[in-house]
Amino acid sequence: MLDTLILSRVQFAANISFHILFPTITIALCWIVFFFKLRYDQTQNPVWMRAYRFWIKILALTFALGVVSGITMSFQFGTNWPGFMETVGNIAGPLLGYEVLTAFFLEATFLGIMLFGINRVPSKVHTFSALMVAIGTTLSAFWILALNSWMHTPAGYEMIDGVAHVTSWWEVIFNPSFPYRLAHMLIASGLTAAFFVAGISAYRIRLGDPKKAPRLALKTGLIVAAILAPLQAFVGDLHGLNTLEHQPEKIAAVEGIWHTEKGAPLLLFAVPDGEAKTNHFAVGIPKGASLILTHELDGELQGLNEFEGQHPPVAPAFFGFRIMVGIGFLMWLVAWVASYQLRNGREASPLLLRVVSFMTFSGWISTLAGWYVTEIGRQPWLVTGVLKTADAVTPVPPSHVGLSLTLYLLVYAFLLWAYIHTLRLMARKSVTVEEFETATRSLDGSLSHELELTSETSTTDINHTPKGANS
Amino acid sequence: MMDAHTLPIIFVALTGLAVVVYAILDGYDLGVGILLPMDDREEADRDTMIASIGPFWDANETWLVLAIGLLLIAFPAAHSVVLTHLYLPVAIMLIGLIMRGVAFDFRAKAAIDHKLAWDRCFKMGSLLTTFSQGFMLGMYVMGFQYDWPSVLFATLSAFGVTAAYSYIGGAWLIMKTEGELQKQAVRWTRNSGRATFIGVVAVSLVNPMVNPGVFNRWFEFPLVMFVLLIPALCFFAFIFNDVLLARLPKQNDRHCWLPFLMVIAIFILCFSALGFSFFPEIVPGQMTIWQAASAPESLRFILWGAIVVIPVILMYTAFSYKIFHGKATELHYH
Ligand code: HDD
Ligand code: HEM
Ligand code: HEM
Repeated sequence: MLDTLILSRVQFAANISFHILFPTITIALCWIVFFFKLRYDQTQNPVWMRAYRFWIKILALTFALGVVSGITMSFQFGTNWPGFMETVGNIAGPLLGYEVLTAFFLEATFLGIMLFGINRVPSKVHTFSALMVAIGTTLSAFWILALNSWMHTPAGYEMIDGVAHVTSWWEVIFNPSFPYRLAHMLIASGLTAAFFVAGISAYRIRLGDPKKAPRLALKTGLIVAAILAPLQAFVGDLHGLNTLEHQPEKIAAVEGIWHTEKGAPLLLFAVPDGEAKTNHFAVGIPKGASLILTHELDGELQGLNEFEGQHPPVAPAFFGFRIMVGIGFLMWLVAWVASYQLRNGREASPLLLRVVSFMTFSGWISTLAGWYVTEIGRQPWLVTGVLKTADAVTPVPPSHVGLSLTLYLLVYAFLLWAYIHTLRLMARKSVTVEEFETATRSLDGSLSHELELTSETSTTDINHTPKGANS
Repeated sequence: MMDAHTLPIIFVALTGLAVVVYAILDGYDLGVGILLPMDDREEADRDTMIASIGPFWDANETWLVLAIGLLLIAFPAAHSVVLTHLYLPVAIMLIGLIMRGVAFDFRAKAAIDHKLAWDRCFKMGSLLTTFSQGFMLGMYVMGFQYDWPSVLFATLSAFGVTAAYSYIGGAWLIMKTEGELQKQAVRWTRNSGRATFIGVVAVSLVNPMVNPGVFNRWFEFPLVMFVLLIPALCFFAFIFNDVLLARLPKQNDRHCWLPFLMVIAIFILCFSALGFSFFPEIVPGQMTIWQAASAPESLRFILWGAIVVIPVILMYTAFSYKIFHGKATELHYH
């Protein structure tokens, strides 16, 4: 039956999934944009300014979507999960409060200056604003992930009359899974934004954009990805070890281990069967899982049988994990091949451009898959060992939740479409913006400087490009 | 001083402050959205009007997040009661805020033939948000009873808040625009000021009539002499502003900022009256701030942070208003 609990869970998942799409881009994109501005300040080369101006517009759009969906999030706790606040409000409240005080005001105010102040403040102040926005988004991730990690691995509290009271704020914030989750999420954001920037730039180049700015952005994105992808695999591995220690049932689900075993295989593919408590069509590396997780070929891994009735659903965790890791390794491969191809200012091959623009949103899929592993892997708990999801739900009738859920889904589907559509439009527009010199390799092998100026006079029309394209 | 008795008082004051600041700041930009003319030919006016709030709206909206956050931090029990009772209006308000917030950016970037549609979306979003906020305020005053008189009252309150936001939005525009648009803004402000006045009077009459506690509080003897100053001042501010608006715009644009200041004063007075009516109840008729408060150690933890951070927030907010001081005409997106 569609009761309030199921509907609220679907609604929460829909809202946060929609929300995270945008922060995961903005957190790192702010730093990338800041880097462009910094390079401009150092070199005075106008091409950095062009890259900056293009990406700041996309940042603004992404930011707006992140803000409005985030506001929705902050009401969800009260409207749909009142039991959450009543039980752990003493911990969740201040952490969310610090996020508002230290992060949201900072980023919102300086974003205004960054977007509208370009002609009103000195260049230094402008660069400073870009830095403040970047710090703001990162701080925001810090606080919200402190809370989320605490929900996975609670620490530093005691229960008095069914309500959590803090004994040590330090232990609450720096709870056991927090450092791993923060690092993993920030790198995930870096990878998502890197492929986003590279992908859209590749798209512009494929549309025939001769300018240097998209080439610089492409290269920046791919180099960032080439550094972060291996780092992410390393951090992810540590994260998994940490989870094995604190939430072994989650790892059992992720690895599809139904019965405690020694020398468990690393399954590359399988179809877990919750009824028969076994896997079908399993393809795996013998003893692989034991080796990765215990660093011994015959290490023992706890199976789901030890958590009867208390373990999460297996299939979403199992597949989600493989999707995330699969994309992670694909990113690694593509970023390294690309960095090799682009060495010493060489051009990217058409195939590479095609692959990179195809992967524009790959970070989204990986990030969502990762969050589904983490969050579904915590079920049936809302706060591990403290509060069950079912005990926190709102008394509001299902019809109301159904109505709000329908509204949100309609609005989100439309906005997602509008967002992607607008990105394409902006990329197309930017191609037609005129410049005086294009990127040409001079004899000494370095790319010549160029002047990229906007001109209203030549709007060679690709599709329905409106006038005032550069507003 | 930081004991279990004082802390809730400090926090209810902070929450109240966040609500008032929110109503003033997001009030003016929602008001601008409500006033947006939808005629095809008035695109330039729309551009100027929206440019006047562009750099501020995001930070303004953050005060709502802070207000709801403070309620959650300090009074989790009240937070749950209020938000579950207001489930649907909250959902509608959020949809409104989403429409308004995204229209800002899409209108500047979408194809030219979609711009009008996003402007409509902007206006609709502002109206939905305002209307549901007014409705929620009415429901709060009525103690969340979903019977006919309460719904009627809440609807009245919704219109009142819509008028009030147009009032402050219009006054903002008088300050930020010039020429024909400014003259138009003066007319808007004057009309919505009168509508707001009617709304405030109606709410002030109904509130003590339905809530006997409120009546007793306002008309308790020695205090009455003092507290009636609030409505008196409020009345004076309305009249003064109306007269002033009849003379605007003046030579050299003198006093163009004064109506905005007067409306701020009116907002503050109205909210103090509301606060006075209910304190120390946080959910009228159901719980007091002490019953709803969270643990003192949690409140202390966040209070120290707030004492350090809020002045910094106010500083950079002032900095941003200083940067964007003056008429909005030359404010362009990036
Ligand atoms: C601070 C808290 C917090 C944060 C940062 C996140 N979550 Fe979460 N998540 C919850 C707090 C939470 C929750 C309140 O605890 C939920 C709601 C219902 C539930 O079961 O847990 C939840 C459930 C939940 C579910 C449904 C699980 C189920 O019911 O089976 C999904 C799919 C996600 N979340 C996804 C995400 C994503 C994509 C996030 C990325 C930002 C995310 N969560 C961050
Ligand atoms: C349940 C969890 C969450 C809640 C309640 C929440 C709440 C919010 C709110 C209210 C805003 C708008 C702030 C403003 O007005 O500027 C926001 C924006 C933001 N959130 Fe979340 N959020 C959640 C999850 C996350 C997670 C998991 C991350 C990142 C790891 C994150 C990162 C951000 C960032 C960076 C912004 C800035 C706006 C943007 O980048 O688009 N949030 N969030
Ligand atoms: C390549 C190897 C990777 C490994 C070994 C790995 C490992 C993990 C593990 C074990 C978790 C679950 C944490 C938990 O138990 O709660 C996780 C979660 C997550 N992963 Fe990955 N991951 C990898 C790549 C990626 C990539 C490429 C992205 C995105 C671009 C990503 C994004 C996430 C996110 C957003 C989460 C949820 C947040 C968290 O718990 O940290 N991961 N990852």
